[in-house]
Amino acid sequence: MAEQNCLVTNDWICGEYLRTRSQELTDATLQHVGITLASVAIGLAVSLPLALLARRWRFLSGPILGVTTVLYSVPSLAMFSLLLPFFGLSVSLVVTGLVLYSLTVLVRNILAGLQAVPEEARDAARGMGYGPLRLLWEVELPLALPALLAGVRITTVSTVALTTVGAIVDYGGLGTLILDGLDTTFKAQVLTASVLCVLLAVVADLLLLGLQRWLTPWTRVHRIRTSRAARKAAVAKVAEPA
Amino acid sequence: MNAITGAYDWLATGANWQGEKGVWHRLAEHLYFSGVCLAVACLIALPLALYLGHIGKGGALAVNISNVGRAVPTLALLILLTLTPLGEHGDAPTLIALVLFAVPPLLTNAYLGMREVDRAVVEAARGMGMSGGQLFARVELPLAYPLIMTGVRSAGVQVVATATLAAMAGEGGLGRIITAGFNLQNTPQVVAGAFLVALLALLVEGVLVVAGRLFDPMRRSGGVTH
Repeated sequence: MAEQNCLVTNDWICGEYLRTRSQELTDATLQHVGITLASVAIGLAVSLPLALLARRWRFLSGPILGVTTVLYSVPSLAMFSLLLPFFGLSVSLVVTGLVLYSLTVLVRNILAGLQAVPEEARDAARGMGYGPLRLLWEVELPLALPALLAGVRITTVSTVALTTVGAIVDYGGLGTLILDGLDTTFKAQVLTASVLCVLLAVVADLLLLGLQRWLTPWTRVHRIRTSRAARKAAVAKVAEPA
Repeated sequence: MNAITGAYDWLATGANWQGEKGVWHRLAEHLYFSGVCLAVACLIALPLALYLGHIGKGGALAVNISNVGRAVPTLALLILLTLTPLGEHGDAPTLIALVLFAVPPLLTNAYLGMREVDRAVVEAARGMGMSGGQLFARVELPLAYPLIMTGVRSAGVQVVATATLAAMAGEGGLGRIITAGFNLQNTPQVVAGAFLVALLALLVEGVLVVAGRLFDPMRRSGGVTH
């Protein structure tokens, strides 16, 4: 009986809540992860061509960077609401909004990564008879990978947090539980879902950090030389949509 | 697109702008929340960041705090605060959340701005016999200014966005027009509210950019060009 009391007394921390609603929590977490994964994957698929376009044609880089920066300043609730006439109350609305946010950091980081490829590396590849596609795939993209993955990390963490706002259309993963918990003043539900949300962000960040180290072992050797550039890159990252 | 002409009609209807739930009142609430919290956040974060930057300590804190800010969902914090005893004190949860989310961009950018100042310039200033205070006021602060203003701009945008989300936790502000629209299943009202919020966010950013340029110490001295 003592355990049941925490639901009755509406405690912040409640083991009984975890036990009785574990299915609900799992479903919400899976939806949260699904929305985040889809958004980051689509964001990456859209920003790579955009970054390549911006690099290939100089006159396009201003508008592409400008538009994605403006998108970043639009508050999340407004962003999702503006998409309502196009998508209705659907999960695609949330994913589209999150993709639009992801473009700013991803396009910028991919472009910066590609521009930082040493000209000698390109010349050497061309001298070995590499065509433009092979040059991109086998030389430029691998060298741009650290910057790209840094962008993916930032985007993933902020996407996990922003997914909660999808609760406004009932597709917010853990955010939906948080918002429901407000209506029913269910403290355990709000706190548990919030903590899970932060945990998701931290776990995603650590997994991506592992991926980054595994895919780009050479960056560890050059850490001292790149630290200044890395700090410069960090400056551009501190603006967040909320 | 029906919803878009509908949103235009909503905005063109004078009655939607008047009264307690009207646009003007919601806008006033939004600007009040945003302005007060941005000012408070600046008062907390800037002196701390500038001091830490000046003495060159606390870098890990200043940089990591923005990572923490990114991982914590704004909506979750707003709702958590609303459910605490603070929620009984009207606007307190919103004001606290707004300040908390405005601090990281201010702190990180101002700190990095101070640390990015060319060490050679700092050494030269010291060599000329400048005291710590003079060095700070005449060398470090003017050179760090652009990044400090970047932080203020990010914080401003952040505050406007967080104030919008406060509507989901039951507070006022322009976001309320959007959430009310969702509750009434009134898509034109949702779109009209979102348009107003987006416009406000872009205007605030624009104003802060212009203000930043106007008050740029390097612009007025005119002697230094990069």
